[in-house]
Amino acid sequence: MSAADLAAAAPAAPPCAHCGLPVPAGLAGGEPAFCCGGCRAAWDVLHDAGLARYYELPERAGMRVAPSGRAFEEFDHDAFRRLWVRTRADGLSEVDLYLEGVHCASCVWLVERTPLAVPGVASTELDLARGIARLAWDPARTTLSAAARFLDTLGYRPHPFRGGRAAQLRRLEDRAALVRIGIAGAIAINVMLAAVALYSGWLSGMDPAFARYFRWVSLVVTAPTLVWPARPFFRGALSSLRTRTLHMDVPIAIALLAGFTRGAVNTFTDHGPIYLDGVAALVFLLLAGRFLQSRAQRAAIDSTELMHALSPRTARLVEPEGVREVPAEALAPGMIVEVRDGEMLPGDGVVTEGGSRLDNGLLTGESAPVPIGPGDVVFAGTVNRGAAIRVRIGQSGEATRVGQILREVEAAAARRAPVVRSADALAGGFVAVVLALAALTWWRGSATDASRALDNAIALLVVTCPCALALATPLAVTVAIGRAARAGILVKGGDALEALGRPGTLVLDKTGTLTEGRTRLVAWRGAEATRRAVLALERHSSHPLARGFREAWPDLPVPDAADVVSTTGGGLEGRVEGRHVIVGSRAFVGARATDPVGFAAAAADPGWTPVLVAVDGEVAARAEFGDAVRRDAAATLAALRARGWRLRLLSGDDPVVAGAVGARLGFAPGECRGGASPEDKLAEIESLAGRGCVVMVGDGVNDAAAMARATVGVGVHGGAEACLATADVFLARAGLQPLLELTIGAARTLRVIRRGIAFSIVYNVVGAGLAMAGLVHPLVAAIMMPASSLTVVLTAWRGRTFEEVPRWR
Amino acid sequence: MAVIFIVLPVALVVVLAAVIAWVWAARSGQFDDTDTPAIRPLIEDDEARPKH
Repeated sequence: MSAADLAAAAPAAPPCAHCGLPVPAGLAGGEPAFCCGGCRAAWDVLHDAGLARYYELPERAGMRVAPSGRAFEEFDHDAFRRLWVRTRADGLSEVDLYLEGVHCASCVWLVERTPLAVPGVASTELDLARGIARLAWDPARTTLSAAARFLDTLGYRPHPFRGGRAAQLRRLEDRAALVRIGIAGAIAINVMLAAVALYSGWLSGMDPAFARYFRWVSLVVTAPTLVWPARPFFRGALSSLRTRTLHMDVPIAIALLAGFTRGAVNTFTDHGPIYLDGVAALVFLLLAGRFLQSRAQRAAIDSTELMHALSPRTARLVEPEGVREVPAEALAPGMIVEVRDGEMLPGDGVVTEGGSRLDNGLLTGESAPVPIGPGDVVFAGTVNRGAAIRVRIGQSGEATRVGQILREVEAAAARRAPVVRSADALAGGFVAVVLALAALTWWRGSATDASRALDNAIALLVVTCPCALALATPLAVTVAIGRAARAGILVKGGDALEALGRPGTLVLDKTGTLTEGRTRLVAWRGAEATRRAVLALERHSSHPLARGFREAWPDLPVPDAADVVSTTGGGLEGRVEGRHVIVGSRAFVGARATDPVGFAAAAADPGWTPVLVAVDGEVAARAEFGDAVRRDAAATLAALRARGWRLRLLSGDDPVVAGAVGARLGFAPGECRGGASPEDKLAEIESLAGRGCVVMVGDGVNDAAAMARATVGVGVHGGAEACLATADVFLARAGLQPLLELTIGAARTLRVIRRGIAFSIVYNVVGAGLAMAGLVHPLVAAIMMPASSLTVVLTAWRGRTFEEVPRWR
Repeated sequence: MAVIFIVLPVALVVVLAAVIAWVWAARSGQFDDTDTPAIRPLIEDDEARPKH
């Protein structure tokens, strides 16, 4: 239906009863009226199922439903079943689907009523926050595609959720963490209640029998927290000792063991402080801090996984009966597939029919689409830009070139050096100093009063417990990741933030990262009237450059063109408003027109394709097509350089093009490198790896291995799936500006972490001093410990890290 | 005050019951999705009756 039809229908007829769009004149008059058969079917289904209330829901007012109208036949394919569908114990099939467009209570209501509309569907359960529906159905009574079509007619386009298995594992981890936190919390609170009784008894006098009773209760209640919830710390400390890389778990384990052992001994001997409330609180606070951090990281990982789900992985299989959609995983060598304009090739193969242009940007980094025809070898992961082609599949799945690159990515990720976190770097020295001080305290006092000296040494171990030190990082990182996500920057790990906090080397890909990654009109010299003539001719062409012209001037009125003749590999000729117009390459136009102004002779920017326009035999305008540099690239790079980052450009595109783009963005000739294969990129990152933090910023499959090997891999908006999966940080907002925000936010986060660590060290120095002097009363310790933790919590919470960007979507 | 010798164990038993309830809830996935269940009852199913 064209815009003109819509305009004609709008004032007279009521809108479509289902989707709210205007009803075309031919279909108006019915009561209720529908804009198409699909909407009528959806309306009937909803009424038959008793779901007509849908149309009265308040959230629906003013909302338009946009069904895609697809058949979803690939959902019933064997390959799809094998990959995504589980069979439950009761014989029903179950699948996790990501639904686009769910956002409110009505969506939950409607989606969960799918069983009423599609007989055979047993249940649908929607997780609103993530947009994932778990659908169970009886394969003997209905098909998954029927349910998918129903959800689609309601405007919730379903996609198989790829991260299902990983998400299930994370959910189990989450549950286990919650169990530990709950137990540790209950124990901490109850031991603290007993401690309050003991402290107030100490202040106002207490029957020794009660005191002994409360001490025993504390011991009995605290013991379980060490054997169950605190186990991750002991396990971490053991593995840290085994690999001889000290980290935070070691001082935590020492403090827990020292505190508990001394508390137990003092309970048995009925003399001296017991510390058990501190031990229980420590376990609870640390578990809660770490859980919060993993929750924040998880939210970022979830968001990137949902973006995976959106990239379609289906293929149009050509069979004698016609073309049908199957999952890309179902392809086998020898099959013929059809690839239409804008679709990604599902496998490697040879073109059998049709001619078009292929965008290799994500695979190789080349910026200009490459012409292809029958007999040419094509690769999975490239995008068809032009007419539909048919391809005989040679390799599919893991055997494709993309699959091979992905295996390299895994190998590269295994070679990456881990980021040393500030707190862990301190942990080694911390342990050594604390143990030395404790030994000194004991040795100095043992000559006079051995038991008292041991007490003081243990008090030192407990009071210097690294609670605040261990909390500083997770809390600061949690808050920063949450704020970054609201600014469209998805950080999958706290390590990445710490690494990005200090300037290092930033390696940038060109196509799709510094540039927009697609061909468009970048320069135009000529009269306004000529533009309209060009559009008139280009309306008759499906060439990528014709689309470029249309996208550049979408609002210009287009006159009619007559006698249009298209010459393949040359250009277009025709009559527009009585004048003879030619649009095409330099050679094509040069052979048919004179050039008094010298448009054709002007030097071309390497990497840009010139197009000439001649009117009545004279060249009147010149257009340049190319992959334009992102608008915010120059300013962002300048700001990054000012912050101390060393920048490098590493491109798979032609070295001349890479050099030209690099020169325009202020790269020295030595800092640019073109013609780099994925292996070259990986080698370049490895050669830089010895010198501090290396950050790889990219968007394509060809960057993925380099990103996996770099200290931090940053994927940019619009990147390929392989790059989404390997990136530690994903910029969900378009442009390069988020990259600058990321480095600023990371530097601020690092500052907040250091401030928290500084606070806790000051506290520890004071505590250690008091303990060595034998002045630490358990009450002092009981006040100092939460006070220091609270300071760190507040520092993390109030710390300025990422600026929120309102409504960036 | 001797009653504390009895009341405290009773209180701890209550705590134990609460902890067991928490462990059951966490393990059976009650905390997996903390957003959607809250809005499920917001829209009544007055017309919706499954047809058998």
